[in-house]
Amino acid sequence: MDTRPDEGDVTQPTLGPVGMMRWAWRQLTSMRTALFLLLLLAIGAVPGSIWPQRNIDAGRVADYLASHRSTGPWLDRLGFFDVYSSSWFAAIYLLLFVSLVGCVVPRSKIHWRAMRAQPPRAPSRLERLPEHGEIEVDGAPEDVLRVALAVLESKRVLGRHSGLRRWRVRSTDQPEPDGDSDGRSSDGLWLSAECGYLRETGNLVFHAALIVVIIAVAVGHLFGWRGDRIVVTGKSFSNTISAYDTFDPGPWVDTEGLSPFTVAVDRLDVTFEERAGGAQRGAPRDFTAYTRTQTSPQAPQVNQILKVNGPLKFGGASVFLLGNGYAPVITVRDAKDQVLMREATPFLPQDANYKSVGAVKVSAASPKQLGFFGFFLPSEYLDKNSGPSSFFPDLKNPALALGVYEGELYPQGRPQSVYTLSTEKMTQLKNAKGEPLRLLLKPGQTAQLPDGRGSITFDSVQRWAGLSIRYDPGKVLALGGAVAALLGLIASLMIRRRRVFVRVRPGGRRTVVSIGGLAKGEDPGLGAVIEDLLSTISERTGTKV
Amino acid sequence: MTNETLSLYANLGVYSAMAVLTIAMIAFAIDLAGTAPRVLTVAPEIRKQPATVGAGSFVGAVASPVPGHRSDVSDLPRRRKAAGVAMMLTRLGGLLLIAAAAMRGLSVHRPPLGNMFEFALVGCMFVVVVFVAISLRRDVRWLGLFVVGPVLLTLGLAITVFYTDASELLPSLRSVWLVIHVSVATFSVALFTIAFSVTILHLVKTWLEAQEPEGMSRVRTVVNTALPPARSLDRTAYGIHAVAFPLWTFTLIAGAIWAEQAWGHYWNWDPKEVWTFVIWVIYAAYLHARATTGWSARSANYLALVGYAAILVNYMVVNVFFVGQHSYSGM
Repeated sequence: MDTRPDEGDVTQPTLGPVGMMRWAWRQLTSMRTALFLLLLLAIGAVPGSIWPQRNIDAGRVADYLASHRSTGPWLDRLGFFDVYSSSWFAAIYLLLFVSLVGCVVPRSKIHWRAMRAQPPRAPSRLERLPEHGEIEVDGAPEDVLRVALAVLESKRVLGRHSGLRRWRVRSTDQPEPDGDSDGRSSDGLWLSAECGYLRETGNLVFHAALIVVIIAVAVGHLFGWRGDRIVVTGKSFSNTISAYDTFDPGPWVDTEGLSPFTVAVDRLDVTFEERAGGAQRGAPRDFTAYTRTQTSPQAPQVNQILKVNGPLKFGGASVFLLGNGYAPVITVRDAKDQVLMREATPFLPQDANYKSVGAVKVSAASPKQLGFFGFFLPSEYLDKNSGPSSFFPDLKNPALALGVYEGELYPQGRPQSVYTLSTEKMTQLKNAKGEPLRLLLKPGQTAQLPDGRGSITFDSVQRWAGLSIRYDPGKVLALGGAVAALLGLIASLMIRRRRVFVRVRPGGRRTVVSIGGLAKGEDPGLGAVIEDLLSTISERTGTKV
Repeated sequence: MTNETLSLYANLGVYSAMAVLTIAMIAFAIDLAGTAPRVLTVAPEIRKQPATVGAGSFVGAVASPVPGHRSDVSDLPRRRKAAGVAMMLTRLGGLLLIAAAAMRGLSVHRPPLGNMFEFALVGCMFVVVVFVAISLRRDVRWLGLFVVGPVLLTLGLAITVFYTDASELLPSLRSVWLVIHVSVATFSVALFTIAFSVTILHLVKTWLEAQEPEGMSRVRTVVNTALPPARSLDRTAYGIHAVAFPLWTFTLIAGAIWAEQAWGHYWNWDPKEVWTFVIWVIYAAYLHARATTGWSARSANYLALVGYAAILVNYMVVNVFFVGQHSYSGM
């Protein structure tokens, strides 16, 4: 019957705003789009591994921009140095997130209903199913069907006694929920059974758990913080914002409410590879910091060992040992031998052999302020090309190589790095020959500065520990989500969703048992399942082969 | 403390494994090359005497000379002597690799998972062991050449280009998570490698099956006859991927847990993390494509190949050239 109206009455269906939204939603939540977004996510993540990233190493980004004057700014504008916080990367994963939600919610509803529903009725022609088998057994059809039911119900998921039934069975006798129960008379005798509902459950758990992981990451980003601090051995540090060299809080962190623990670093033991040759020589082997900690100023002190891979924990915050280096103890005196400054000054390692840079700033010097800038070398030697260098990261021949400047240390009071000297308002001191003055000091040595400016003494060397303190309230949730995702994934890949239908019909004096099987996706094992069922039924009915 | 004699023996083990596997590879190649003529000459004889083959149902398979289906006849052991020798040698090679990895580990008193050479060695060991394990349950002699070949290539690269003297680990690598994270990562890469070989073979076989059997060149006929049907290749590849992917997911999670302990953040977009994630996403897309109607198995399989390319980048490019916290190539 043709119910279409005449041509003239055709009104083009127009998509109103609701229709448009519905259409867009369908597109977004389709598998095809999800696939496309997944691939886009993979491609979008790659640039972050090729170009240096600001959140990891801002210094390398600055170097890159300095050496690529034409392409650098463009890459920067496109967010290639902040890929994972760029708007386009966020767009990909947020769309994927929405697509994920749009896929999981309706599928959960369908699965919820399927879990409660009975298996469908057996189709009439089982031989048309992907897998099919047939045998003749002894006994009346009703008895054989009863045996088949018993066989299906006796199959367990984990061994014979687990109690977990493998198959959900529906037989001819059970009426449909809507009251249609005339199957027996018109439809012959049949059973239908289904197993592997956990496959879809696992699949949904996997996708839902990914959403949990994304939420956990967001929680960590909003409420987490991290701070870094260099602590020279013998010194301590307490967890307040002002104590940090750098502090990076999430947008919703209460920076006044940090837990008031303290960590004192008493000693730092460092071992480097001495035996192996080649690239392995000098590779770090062990870092151990001996610390005294207090959870609050009133709490008792506890001795704790801090190692790489072994952080200290204070409630939710963890203290990690991520760096180390040397802090030469330097004393600067004026012409009257009065001490202007005595301090262990941390120098920052620049290479694998700990050639370190640092600055000593003597603001108390007069009439002009004094600044020393240069290198600390744990194992000093003179390289023909690069000057004073270090051949090993440990203290085999420690030396300080410094240039001296005088003038204004902090022009206009601008903030500056403690490891470099801002020399725009300073002049370098010269020696008698008019060359820039260079000091090379070994521990215990003192150098006199020219023209009665005083002296500088390299007293001794201490080590410093680079501590990184992190607080991430989302990490437990992220771990839980990830583990749930893994379990769900395993269930969805390993469990088979199968339907099996049994029909019996009289065949001469015996009964013909016909079994057909249907599976979701590829299932090479389905044929074996049907064979197993057939042979068990044949055995239980006492059929002689 | 390293024991140099032991690490020397480990290298000797690698060299002997390479020698043994080379002969195995040649034997596998001889076996494959002999497949086609053998089937063609043997099949008529069998047809005359169906009783000797056993069950009557097998006759049909033999009598219908459908190219592209290895008839059951060719699986009779006496006709595949070369394959038998190759399988024996592959097992021996596997044992030698296990011994080499064990001695390398003993020489440095730690699991041999600390640098590129050791990853390659252990990865090759896993590939061979998995292949031998599969061969105990199924006939995969057709796959031998395509597993032993890449293993030999990798071992050759490992002992020359990637070679690193036996030495202790960086402090950040000293953790039980080294064993958990890196061994599972290496194992799943081994599975992805085998799956990659099977996927390539699937594409070749699909291409051959689309051709007219009459006009085929001799080489194509040999390859076509030697390989199982495309459908079965595809199923095998999918099965291996389906095992490898959860293991890779585990690698990702275990790595995040370790990163949290060692560096203080479970995810920081370090280049190695990025690429592990990229690989995960590509293979996730592959599994989705398999489940999506409208995507053929072949186009999904191209995704799997892209995934394997990303694995190679992750191993050979990221370890050596990219600056990050996973810089432990030892080179």
